[in-house]
Amino acid sequence: MTPLLQVNDIAKFYGSHVGCKGVSFDLFPGEVMGIVGESGSGKSTLLSCLAGHLEPDEGQVQFDTRADGLKDTIKMSEPERRMLGRTDWAFVHQHARDGLRMNISAGGNVGERLMAVGERHYGDIRAKAVDWLDRVEISEDRVDDRPTTFSGGMQQRLQIARNLVTGPRLVFMDEPTGGLDVSVQARLLDLLRNLVREMGLSAIIVTHDLAVVRLLADRLMVMKGGHVVEAGLTDQVLDDPQHAYTQLLVSSVLQV
Amino acid sequence: MIRIENVSKSFTLHNQGAAVIPVMHGASLSVAAGECVALTGASGAGKSTLMRMIYGNYLVDDGEIQIGDTDVATAQPREILQLRHDTLGYVSQFLRVVPRVPALEIVAGPLLAVGTPQEQAIERARHLLQRLNIPERLWSLSPTTFSGGEQQRVNIARGFAHIYPAMLLDEPTASLDVQNRETVLQLIEEAKARGAAIIGIFHDEAARKRVCEREIDVTQFTPGMN
Amino acid sequence: MSDYNFAYLDEQTKRMIRRAILKGLAIPGYQVPFASREMPMPYGWGTGGVQVSAATLTPDDTLKVIDQGADDTTNAVSIRKFFEVTAGVATTEDTTQASIIQTRHRIPEADLREDQILVYQVPIPEPLRFLEPRETETRKMHSLEEYGLMHVKLYEDISQHGAIATSYAYPVKVEGRYVMDPSPIPKFDNPKLEMAAIQLFGAGREQRIYALPPYTKVVSLDFEDYPFVATKADHVCDMCDASDSYLDEVILDDQGNRMFVCSDTDYCTGRQQAGHVGALGTTNAEDAA
Repeated sequence: MTPLLQVNDIAKFYGSHVGCKGVSFDLFPGEVMGIVGESGSGKSTLLSCLAGHLEPDEGQVQFDTRADGLKDTIKMSEPERRMLGRTDWAFVHQHARDGLRMNISAGGNVGERLMAVGERHYGDIRAKAVDWLDRVEISEDRVDDRPTTFSGGMQQRLQIARNLVTGPRLVFMDEPTGGLDVSVQARLLDLLRNLVREMGLSAIIVTHDLAVVRLLADRLMVMKGGHVVEAGLTDQVLDDPQHAYTQLLVSSVLQV
Repeated sequence: MIRIENVSKSFTLHNQGAAVIPVMHGASLSVAAGECVALTGASGAGKSTLMRMIYGNYLVDDGEIQIGDTDVATAQPREILQLRHDTLGYVSQFLRVVPRVPALEIVAGPLLAVGTPQEQAIERARHLLQRLNIPERLWSLSPTTFSGGEQQRVNIARGFAHIYPAMLLDEPTASLDVQNRETVLQLIEEAKARGAAIIGIFHDEAARKRVCEREIDVTQFTPGMN
Repeated sequence: MSDYNFAYLDEQTKRMIRRAILKGLAIPGYQVPFASREMPMPYGWGTGGVQVSAATLTPDDTLKVIDQGADDTTNAVSIRKFFEVTAGVATTEDTTQASIIQTRHRIPEADLREDQILVYQVPIPEPLRFLEPRETETRKMHSLEEYGLMHVKLYEDISQHGAIATSYAYPVKVEGRYVMDPSPIPKFDNPKLEMAAIQLFGAGREQRIYALPPYTKVVSLDFEDYPFVATKADHVCDMCDASDSYLDEVILDDQGNRMFVCSDTDYCTGRQQAGHVGALGTTNAEDAA
């Protein structure tokens, strides 16, 4: 089976400082990969390199495009990469404000990607937007409200709806539950689990929260100092950690 | 169906002076379709450890763990995920509870994961929860507030939802009353009749004698205990 | 003979502007950056239109200048005088006699011909500006034809007002490629953008020129279920009884009395001279003018 994403030897340097180095993995359709590490581990740099926000200094990121099969997304032309970003790829930012248009209504936010790929029927667009708001548990009567009037959790759920409306195959998430209240986190994670399963999504989730990866990710990579120190099945890495750093990380988590 | 050959494992605790703790050496056993084999041995002998290695939850230092055609010891994470989806079921001692997810959905989960239509999956989940005497009013609630025994029974229901050709059962009758214990043993017998190869850990000797053809004392594989 | 170079600008500047104009005509609707000069009127007073006219004028041209359709407002009069002094060209108020027409925020009612040029004064050339403030981003959107955001604006209008509320500067798609702001003309004028004359757009402060060659396809953006409608006030001209021209609303007194008059003064005068009389008009053609 062709991997959906093939990452080969990605490296990014900031002068002499290693952002990330030597990262390779294959991601298959329907798989969720978690990337954990503490601040400065390089996980956000890696995610930016994979999602096309930063250009890596070394390595390839190959994506199985619908039309042309495996293509190197780094060497892709910018129009192609931007198109990918609106259709097959999605990016959920840590701060909803970075992923939403705050001066546009919720319905407009969700409908934008549809309009960007050519939909021209107001009624249909609005109906799809309402449907998606419902799926992320935002009530229909908020469809014309601006996200500035939403709570943090609602903004994050709106961001998810906005990203998923065009049925992407790969979702990048950067600390999707960061900064949210615990009960709100639980709701969001439950939503993400269901959507990933229902839509057969693949996802790459960067987080420092081990509980989030335990819940959402099938596979896990642990990063420290820009390198991947351990990788494998999530439950295996968390229950039988091999690397000293992973062992430290797992044993440091407070139990409730 | 299940064939374990010469499996060894030790833990290296890097943050405790790199202490190396060998926990298993030269473990071998096999289970045919329709058979149930019990792992026995004193507490700490490595019964759960062996089970976790078979499931791919723990890594293996040496040896082979064949489930059908897949060697769990050397397989890619993707292959193990596939195996767990379709072929290998695992009922652990504890239900890892996800907040907000109702019991029905937890039980139906493995069926939905292999593509069973929603209604069918929910129907089977209802059936199993009923058999295991979980009151209907609890079906739409998250097990976070259930008693230990109720959580265990939801766990078991989930484990038996999908027809797995191979199953690992870790203390499935623990903390159950007589009636529910009986139900679980029946579920195991039905699974065997369907051709499942089962490895189980049963603290309860009577249960063990009833459903298992053979017993394997893992102490023989435990360094420092044999 | 004046001390100014013909039409005020030096020849090198005119060359630069002409190059920009040619580029604009070659790529209809595409905003061409140009080095806007210091003009003897401040930004916001039509410097873009004036520069384009200056570069386009030849000594044989006849110039008409209108402001919101009128030849006799202060701005129209000033600009017309400016070119009379610096270029010495003939000027007129008659649309059919002019070879170059500079306009602020209206298209004349009379159909223009292939031998005419319409020069628009443009305040903000970028149609996406109010949705996306970053110039780097809007340039990318134009070059990659990423116009989803434009429809988002129309969507927002419908969701807030029940209809597309944009009534002027209504965005259009040119030759199926570039989205363009036609300058703050009323949407009633949008259908006229498909015409026989050359149309040139100049934004002095923003330093952009764009153009529409004759017979260019110009489509106003809309939704399938909310199609574009070129609306105007539901009245006739009180002076000349015209029902097909764009009307200005004039408040007459403090009791709320008002009248509607053709915004295009030349059109209205012409109709009155031809004998058409509106509800408040007089039969005396000289009084009406």
